[in-house]
Amino acid sequence: MRSFGSIDLLSFTTAFQYTVLLVIMALALGAPLALGFATMRISRFLPVRLLAAIVLQIMQGIPLLALLMFVYFGLPVFLGIRMPPLMAVVIAYTIYTAVFLGEIWRGGIEAIKRTQWEAGASLGISKLQQFRHVIAPQAFRIALPASVGFLVQLIKGTSLAAIVGFIELTRAGQLSAAATLQPLLVYSIIAAIYFAICFPLTLLSRKLEVRLHGSR
Amino acid sequence: MALVEIKGLRKSFKDLEVLKGVSLTVEKGDIVALIGRSGSGKSTLLRCINGLEETQGGTIEVGERQISAKMAGLREYRQRVGIVFQQFNLFPHMNVEKNVTLAPVLTGKVSKAEARKLAEECLAKVGMLEKINAWPEQLSGGQQQRVAIARCLAMAPELMLFDEVTSALDPELVGEVLKVMEDMARQGMTMVLVTHEMSFARNVASKVVFMHQGKIWEEGTPEAVFGDPQTPELRAFISSTHH
Ligand SMILES: Nc1ncnc2c1ncn2[C@@H]1O[C@H](COP(=O)(O)OP(=O)(O)O)[C@@H](O)[C@H]1O
Ligand SMILES: [Mg+2]
Repeated sequence: MRSFGSIDLLSFTTAFQYTVLLVIMALALGAPLALGFATMRISRFLPVRLLAAIVLQIMQGIPLLALLMFVYFGLPVFLGIRMPPLMAVVIAYTIYTAVFLGEIWRGGIEAIKRTQWEAGASLGISKLQQFRHVIAPQAFRIALPASVGFLVQLIKGTSLAAIVGFIELTRAGQLSAAATLQPLLVYSIIAAIYFAICFPLTLLSRKLEVRLHGSR
Repeated sequence: MALVEIKGLRKSFKDLEVLKGVSLTVEKGDIVALIGRSGSGKSTLLRCINGLEETQGGTIEVGERQISAKMAGLREYRQRVGIVFQQFNLFPHMNVEKNVTLAPVLTGKVSKAEARKLAEECLAKVGMLEKINAWPEQLSGGQQQRVAIARCLAMAPELMLFDEVTSALDPELVGEVLKVMEDMARQGMTMVLVTHEMSFARNVASKVVFMHQGKIWEEGTPEAVFGDPQTPELRAFISSTHH
């Protein structure tokens, strides 16, 4: 046993960077997929819509932790390859982001009246241009508060990656608590770090929400 | 050759037949006023002309070209036909200038550099030049509707469709929009408009078309339609609009 000291703080700092990395990668890879998933959900083609609906139902029905374990422990069995933890967690969080952020964006897109699409169409601009210039900017504004709310969920959710041995903030806390036998102190610090990031975001989300509903 | 030639047009929504064989000719420079009770199929007819609805029978020809909601080249066609809706449908996240120039820029009609000038020209035509930097929500209904008309004019259409464009307006704002439409008529624009403004139909239209139960019940010059209605349905309709 050793006492809690700068070495622990240093390891938290490093681990925190991995938490941030994980969040950024999940967003960078998941957001484009989320856009794709949102458009699948509102597709004119029934099979596409159906497929997206099934994926959504499955994802809504399983906990994030189970998804994580499935990707890390399950997939290798059936693909015959072992995955490094980083890859497994990035895949899992990307899927998570694609589906749940996608669902938020679908809500934003569907909140825009059909007449806005029609106004664009009747001016002779393409479907893609209607989406890009007319629908998306309005939908984005509507979906922004919920998207920031999702970001908070994602940040907190990355703590589950500890289970597959990925050393992010929570896992670093576990290791430090075990080494110093000071769980109260350690987990208080860990909690404070999460809180310091998530609380301002939560406030921001709420503020955006008020602005959205206050002005219309 | 007529600009618009519609023959035996049929349109249903599921089991409900809304247009039951409509035939209509619009010559270049015509101002055609569609009148009739709510639900008689006037909006649907305009939407079909714009290719917004799939049809179940008959033909629409505009400029000797067959029109349908699924045709190739629908986009290019719509660039030549403007439609103005009852609810304006301006883009709320763009200022007036952007509303007017979005489509001309995206379709390559004007460059970004020329766009401002185009917006100024079109807004001047509807008396909205001083609001070029305003946002839709800052405008009255009448002003929004005039911007919506300018937005269509920016595409230099050869045919304009108007669907009850003054019905959502406070009575004191109706005149300013009708005046813009009258100016356009005087300058030779071909227009098909659905309206409840009978005095406008009487004074500006070159042809008045009375629709009833998905059919063209009666049509003719304003003098004939209002002065000498042939059917009891039209007579009843005209007397119902007298207040
Ligand atoms: N998208 C739609 N789906 C189903 N029914 C519709 C739709 N649009 C219009 N209708 C019906 O078609 C009929 C004619 O409507 P419309 O063309 O709007 O008449 P008008 O403009 O003369 O009032 C009405 O009975 C209306 O309820
Ligand atoms: Mg109507």
